[in-house]
Amino acid sequence: MVDTVERSTRVAAPGTPVPRRRRRPRRELLPYLLLAPAILFELLIHIVPMGVGVFISLLHLTQFNLHDWRHAPFAGTGNYRVALNFDQAAGKALLHSFWVTFAYTALVLAISWLFGMAGAVFTQHTFRGRGLVRTAFLIPYALPMFAAVITWNFMLQRDTGAVNHILVDDLHLMHSRPFWLIGPNSFVSLVLVAVWRNWPFAFLIITAGLQSIRADLYEAAAIDGAGVIGQIRYVTLPMLRPVNRVLILVLFLWTFNDFTTPYTLFGKSAPHAADLISIHIYQSSFVTWNFGVGSAMSVLLLGFLLLVTGIYLSAFRARSDDYA
Amino acid sequence: MREPTWFRWTRRIGLAVLLAFTLLPVYVMLTTSLKPLRDVQSSFRWWPSRPTVRPFFDMWHTIPLARYFVNSLIVSCLASVASVLVALVAAYAVSRYRFRGRQVFSIVVLSTQMFPGILFLLPLYVIFVDIGNSTGITLYGSRVGLIITYLTFTLPFAIWMLIGYLDSIPRELDEAAKVDGNGPMGAFIRVVIPAAVPGVVAVLIYAFMTAWGEVLFASVLTDDSTRTLAVGLQGYATQNNVYWNQVMAASLIVSIPVAVGFLVLQRYLVAGMTAGSIK
Amino acid sequence: MRLIKVCATAITVGVVAAALAACSSSKSSKDSHPTLTYWASNQGTSLENDKQILQPRLDAFEKQTGIKVNVEVVPWSDLLNRILAATTSGKGPDVLNIGNTWSASLQATGAFTQFDDATMAKIGGKDRFLSGSLSATGAPGKPPTAVPLYSLAYGLYYNKKQFAAAGISQPPATWDELVADGKKLTTNGHWGLSIEGASVSENIHAAFTLSQQQGGAFFDASGKATFNTPQNVAAIKQYLDFIQQDKITNPSDAEYSKGTEALSDYATGKTSMVIWQAAAGSLKQLGMDAADIGVAPVPLPDPMPAGGKKVTSIVAGINLAVFKGSKHQDADLQFVKFMTSTPEQQVLNKTYGSLPTVADAYSDPAFQTPAVATFKSILSSTAAPMPAVAQESQYETLVGTAMNNLFADAATGKNVTDQAIANALTAAQQQLTG
Repeated sequence: MVDTVERSTRVAAPGTPVPRRRRRPRRELLPYLLLAPAILFELLIHIVPMGVGVFISLLHLTQFNLHDWRHAPFAGTGNYRVALNFDQAAGKALLHSFWVTFAYTALVLAISWLFGMAGAVFTQHTFRGRGLVRTAFLIPYALPMFAAVITWNFMLQRDTGAVNHILVDDLHLMHSRPFWLIGPNSFVSLVLVAVWRNWPFAFLIITAGLQSIRADLYEAAAIDGAGVIGQIRYVTLPMLRPVNRVLILVLFLWTFNDFTTPYTLFGKSAPHAADLISIHIYQSSFVTWNFGVGSAMSVLLLGFLLLVTGIYLSAFRARSDDYA
Repeated sequence: MREPTWFRWTRRIGLAVLLAFTLLPVYVMLTTSLKPLRDVQSSFRWWPSRPTVRPFFDMWHTIPLARYFVNSLIVSCLASVASVLVALVAAYAVSRYRFRGRQVFSIVVLSTQMFPGILFLLPLYVIFVDIGNSTGITLYGSRVGLIITYLTFTLPFAIWMLIGYLDSIPRELDEAAKVDGNGPMGAFIRVVIPAAVPGVVAVLIYAFMTAWGEVLFASVLTDDSTRTLAVGLQGYATQNNVYWNQVMAASLIVSIPVAVGFLVLQRYLVAGMTAGSIK
Repeated sequence: MRLIKVCATAITVGVVAAALAACSSSKSSKDSHPTLTYWASNQGTSLENDKQILQPRLDAFEKQTGIKVNVEVVPWSDLLNRILAATTSGKGPDVLNIGNTWSASLQATGAFTQFDDATMAKIGGKDRFLSGSLSATGAPGKPPTAVPLYSLAYGLYYNKKQFAAAGISQPPATWDELVADGKKLTTNGHWGLSIEGASVSENIHAAFTLSQQQGGAFFDASGKATFNTPQNVAAIKQYLDFIQQDKITNPSDAEYSKGTEALSDYATGKTSMVIWQAAAGSLKQLGMDAADIGVAPVPLPDPMPAGGKKVTSIVAGINLAVFKGSKHQDADLQFVKFMTSTPEQQVLNKTYGSLPTVADAYSDPAFQTPAVATFKSILSSTAAPMPAVAQESQYETLVGTAMNNLFADAATGKNVTDQAIANALTAAQQQLTG
């Protein structure tokens, strides 16, 4: 191993200056050498497994032939037809969970951004205790996700949870105790927990974005007669546009693919109303052991995400020449 | 700028609401960890009927918490450090060189960011097993396997963030270093990396937090001796009872070092993230 | 700037992280006394507690045979996935616990050593085992894929003190009686019966038993799924109606998913009855006074519906399987023989509060209490094994999950009709694949 390290050191960092003429080919090689480790890991963990995943989606793979999965019967597009047959239960359930995921993502994005924006604007100007407030806002993001979501699960229990205690016993907002972990409200809970978890990230990024806006822009706006709302509308929002663009994309990908939140909150079988696509696919493949159909669903999901992201990015072509 | 009264009050109320929303679970976590099991099983109360620190002692015996913690620490640290190193050199290449395949690389790596984890959970598992069978390198069930997996998960975003950051460092700095007799790698190590510290720390935090909280792959790719906290904490829900007070105590203890580290370093995260997005 | 120095030196190390992998792989050892890996399911109060119980047994085994056994206690939430992973890779433990209802499903993967007559002979013969326990070890007509280790059956636990206070002298023997008693016992803040309404496995076990009583079946004799039959619908409806119509169960129970909450409510006196697998150990641990605990068989319908079977429980329990990929089958079988030997059966089942699977073990006075006698008679006369078909674990998941959602509907005030149940069952059956 030591050997390998030394060798790669020599390759990666040529110690002594080399005569100019001999350096040219090496300089061409250098970027590829620098990329090599990244490419290697990407191949091993992302690209090749994805290929295998696509292959599996074409197989009729269940627990009975899993030990010899390469020789599982070929299913062709059979799995895709099962997943996309919206008249049958499997397809219907997939479509349902797609809409649930869509609504979930949209709501989490919108509310997280709104909270993040509000938090950032409210702490834009100095006041006593501002540092503390800002730190407190970041706590959800700093806590390990599973610990936080387990706590929420505990708080959302019907009889022994803090949420119902506050709503029913302390504030008397409701007469009967609602359920939060089952039934239609489970969707509300899921959004609530995800917002709690994600808005600090929005807050962090927007705060950073605000700091880069020059004060004279606000002054100019104030001279033009803009009030607080006007300044937010004509200065803050336009100046934040590049930040927001990235923020929304990142939050979108994290939320749409989120597995930890529903899994920790509801366990292996999510309530119907909160049947997110990630957990739905997990159940299809790892709980009912139907890997072929599960993989087909994931491939469809991937296709959808690539499409959405592609459209999003090309809609903001302005930034694209940066690196991609 | 003078702040109108209505806005001052909106601000105060808004901040109060946000604070309450943010801190409620933290409060619940803290008080529950001090409750006897009986309190936890009956209606919620704001304060323990009889505060006790027993859960903080019991939690070590219900599950092998210390081992899970060490596993999580090893996996998350190595994965995040490795991710930063791999991402840094790759980002340097993309940021400073024009070469064939640069665009393809960027696009492919970035698009792996949106791969649903569930798609390659099973494939990754069988690949790890195959590698084990054909080469004797144990990836399945070992920390190395998990480290490699996590480091790759965070690579796309890490590379992307660091490209943004390195692009914001003036090229003149490299050139000056090269004039001083450094090779391209010398310039990279002596000049570019020092200037990129905020970006590096940002990526480090991001990668660490991702690895620290990951559940799905950890549940399949680890065994008893390599299990991480995110999966292991489920062990407090046993055949007989759910030890909520111990869950909260354990969550609190494992959160504190991470949360403190995060809060101390968060200004780097801001710097690193924004350099990637605004320019 | 130390950070930079660290980075610079570490760069090269990190780049070849793959090389690290090579350094961490030297595990296998082949000597005359092999070391076995044993996956135990979580039977005790915690994973660590299980380890403390099992370790002395394993030490005794090592002393006897010179074979060392490393135990890993796998939580229930992981067990099936871990087994699946092991069958895929061919790299698993040598000996392992499986839920006995999974036997037929796992048998179909072909990953376990069959206990044919010759193999059975090596571990002391088939006849040692209770026939009831042996009925849940795989598909009928095939050699068992595992042998029973701990047996369990469902019984109706009732609180003697609360029954007496309500003027009820006997536990209910029919469902009508149970509902009537439940109504008497349901007062402000107190409920007659608790149910683990969001637990897939508890739900499916109840649905199966009640469907048997109705004369229904989820799979016909040829192994074809028949989820959506009037009998199955009636069975599930009856179970949901404890919340929906009879109102003897707290609607909150529809949220109970951890497999502990309904029992905990019973143990702490919040409810007077619970239908549970032999739970003496857990009840003690939850602090219930032993004098208050009463056990009776689960009620039957009266009159029995046409074709109804007198089934009051599934054959529940844990089986011991040997992994086919294991390199030392003889040592594995020695260990199986040891774990199913009379003294070990006595020690282990006493500790866990389960029932021995071998007849001889019942000579111990600990297994001659009224409660154990009740469970033993349930197991030998009115317990039926879950469907022994390869799709069994899928069936558990699909129907159990559907019931979770139906319970949620009932609890949140939606009226769950026969039609709604039938639709849910049809959808579940459509998702079944073979």
